[in-house]
Amino acid sequence: MRHIISILVENEAGALSRIAGLFSARGYNIESLTVAPTEDASMSRMTVVTSGSDDVVEQITKQLNKLIEVVKVVDLSEAEHIERELMLIKVRAGAKERDEMKRAADIFRGRIIDVSDNTYTIELTGDGAKLDAFIKSLDQGSIIETVRTGASGIGRGSRILRG
Amino acid sequence: MDRVKTTAITGAEIVVRCLQEEGVEYVFGYPGGAVLFIYDELFKQDKVRHVLVRHEQGAAHAADGYSRSSQKVGVCLVTSGPGVTNAVTGIATAYMDSIPMVVLTGQVPTHAIGLDAFQECDTVGITRPIVKHNMLVKDVKDLASSIKKAFHIATTGRPGPVVVDIPKDVTTATCEFHYPESVSLRSYNPARRGHAGQLKKAVQLLLEAKRPLIYTGGGVVLSDSSGQLTELVRLLGFPCTNTLMGLGAYPATDPQFLGMLGMHGTYEANLAMQNCDVLLAVGARFDDRVIGDPANFAQNPRKIIHIDIDPSSISKRVKVDVPIVGNIPDVLADFLSLLQDARPQDIKPWWKQIDQWRAKDCLKYDRKSKIIKPQYVLEKLYEVTKGEAFVTSDVGQHQMWAAQFYKFNQPRRWINSGGLGTMGFGLPAAMGVQMANPGATVACVTGESSIQMCLQELSTCKQYRLPIKIVNLNNKYMGMVRQWQQFFHGNRYSESYMDALPDFVKLAEAYGHRGVLIENPADVEPALKDAFARKSELVFLDFLTDQTENVYPMIPGGKGITEIILSEDL
Repeated sequence: MRHIISILVENEAGALSRIAGLFSARGYNIESLTVAPTEDASMSRMTVVTSGSDDVVEQITKQLNKLIEVVKVVDLSEAEHIERELMLIKVRAGAKERDEMKRAADIFRGRIIDVSDNTYTIELTGDGAKLDAFIKSLDQGSIIETVRTGASGIGRGSRILRG
Repeated sequence: MDRVKTTAITGAEIVVRCLQEEGVEYVFGYPGGAVLFIYDELFKQDKVRHVLVRHEQGAAHAADGYSRSSQKVGVCLVTSGPGVTNAVTGIATAYMDSIPMVVLTGQVPTHAIGLDAFQECDTVGITRPIVKHNMLVKDVKDLASSIKKAFHIATTGRPGPVVVDIPKDVTTATCEFHYPESVSLRSYNPARRGHAGQLKKAVQLLLEAKRPLIYTGGGVVLSDSSGQLTELVRLLGFPCTNTLMGLGAYPATDPQFLGMLGMHGTYEANLAMQNCDVLLAVGARFDDRVIGDPANFAQNPRKIIHIDIDPSSISKRVKVDVPIVGNIPDVLADFLSLLQDARPQDIKPWWKQIDQWRAKDCLKYDRKSKIIKPQYVLEKLYEVTKGEAFVTSDVGQHQMWAAQFYKFNQPRRWINSGGLGTMGFGLPAAMGVQMANPGATVACVTGESSIQMCLQELSTCKQYRLPIKIVNLNNKYMGMVRQWQQFFHGNRYSESYMDALPDFVKLAEAYGHRGVLIENPADVEPALKDAFARKSELVFLDFLTDQTENVYPMIPGGKGITEIILSEDL
């Protein structure tokens, strides 16, 4: 089962590789991993999307908590939460395809953020499924390049994660 | 609150001052380019004594043995690059058995890091998966607080080794020295007391048990709670078994003790484990060498109470009914007060069953053999040392026989690499044990293959006059490898025989020690008596033992407890 885990971690050199190393050393999956400092510059927040049985995910959170630099761990998928991912996608947009590509971007509430004679670069935000759906909706030959950030997540309402 | 304030001193001096502040008696190490300034500072003082090993693996094992046999932290100091990589096996050994150790490593100067400098390696990267924590100190201002943090992390919670990597220019840079009195880390606060509700549930289960068992591991030894454990076991009248790492936590000569359990544990301990209805696990982790196949273990229903300081040890391989996360002495103290007037069930039928299993006499061996039986040597070792020796071991058959036949009545007497299973551990560990316990009797039980993995330390033993007694069970085979090849690989003894062994007597003599060859069963006891009477000499006893002897009982790897093999089955 897919789980989305949020980790607050001391903003120290090596913390990222310690966490990534834990996943590979113990054979846990990483679907995606995002990390950036929080409003408190001494801490970073990481979102890891992983999959595994309940037992495995329990071990993942326990093992993460064991790391000295890890301040807090929460499995967001245990309760209501929101997740978003950003994709930049460069597509073919010559004279023929331009209008249709613009319409497709609009339908998915994407924004065209760069234009050249033959290409558009579209920015699209949403959960992973929405980004997948957009990619699927395009003529596959028109996709030149994609880059995705992986999911970031946050609990709904009063559900908060702080140091 | 700072204890010491001075004018600016060098990083090298700060390192030594920190060790003094921590009350470190011995540092086990080996000098080299990146740590020369630290060695220079060690030279100028005499509070912290340095023990010069012959290989950095020996330094780590010696610091480890020092810690296991005392309640102190082991400290070692090695240089960058190969100094670190040589120490890696020793650090991993300590990590797997949760031994508190601080490893100071030299590093190339900060400006050279990442440029493939001479004797550079990514120490923090290489050691990351085998330490409780590690850090690279890039600024001399962080040096004292980093070392304080290292000692704090190594010794609290579930203990473990901590590596502090110190670039050479940090040892020459200067700053004022403040040694912090305490450390507070927002992200690290190990639990102490167990959850009151869980404790009550556990007590209820213990009092309802008809077939109870108390199973304890290295955690009881490491937390110095064998006194409380013994009190609890006697109060309840329940049977008790120890893991390989837990031997000595409960007196082995006590009738409530069932012996060690696991792959080469006793029949009675293993069957009690499989058939109990309530299991109290204390500081143990249900690993593969203890319960074998978890699916087989789960065939028999039982309620499990698990006390451990590390939440990740609980429900890792086996689902637990009552988890209690806490410091073992605190939790056991709570148990003792809750159980003071309690009345457990009548468990006489259970004891009767256990006595039937005991009657199998699963450790029996041929006592009339004309060739020396390794078990006999260990029985005699136990008698000659009156059960009071510190016994270190290497890894293999001799280790299992030592665990089976030497009855440890006290904790911290049995020193072996249980988790990582490191051949070469025994001799350097014995050096650390002897340093921590001057005047004590120290025996290193080993085999002709293991001893050759850290043999160079015989030279260290000479330099520091360490009167260790080496009990070499020489069967010319990597015995445990041979045993597995016999059982599971159709008697094809692939590379497990050594046909060019050294003359160990001459070898011991070459290092300035006494060597003795023992070939006949009748000579075993006199040789041991003579060796242990020599209080100031290292004696290398080379016992030529039966090449075909196997360790029984045995639960084959990956199998379950019900598939246990006894010698009489074959």
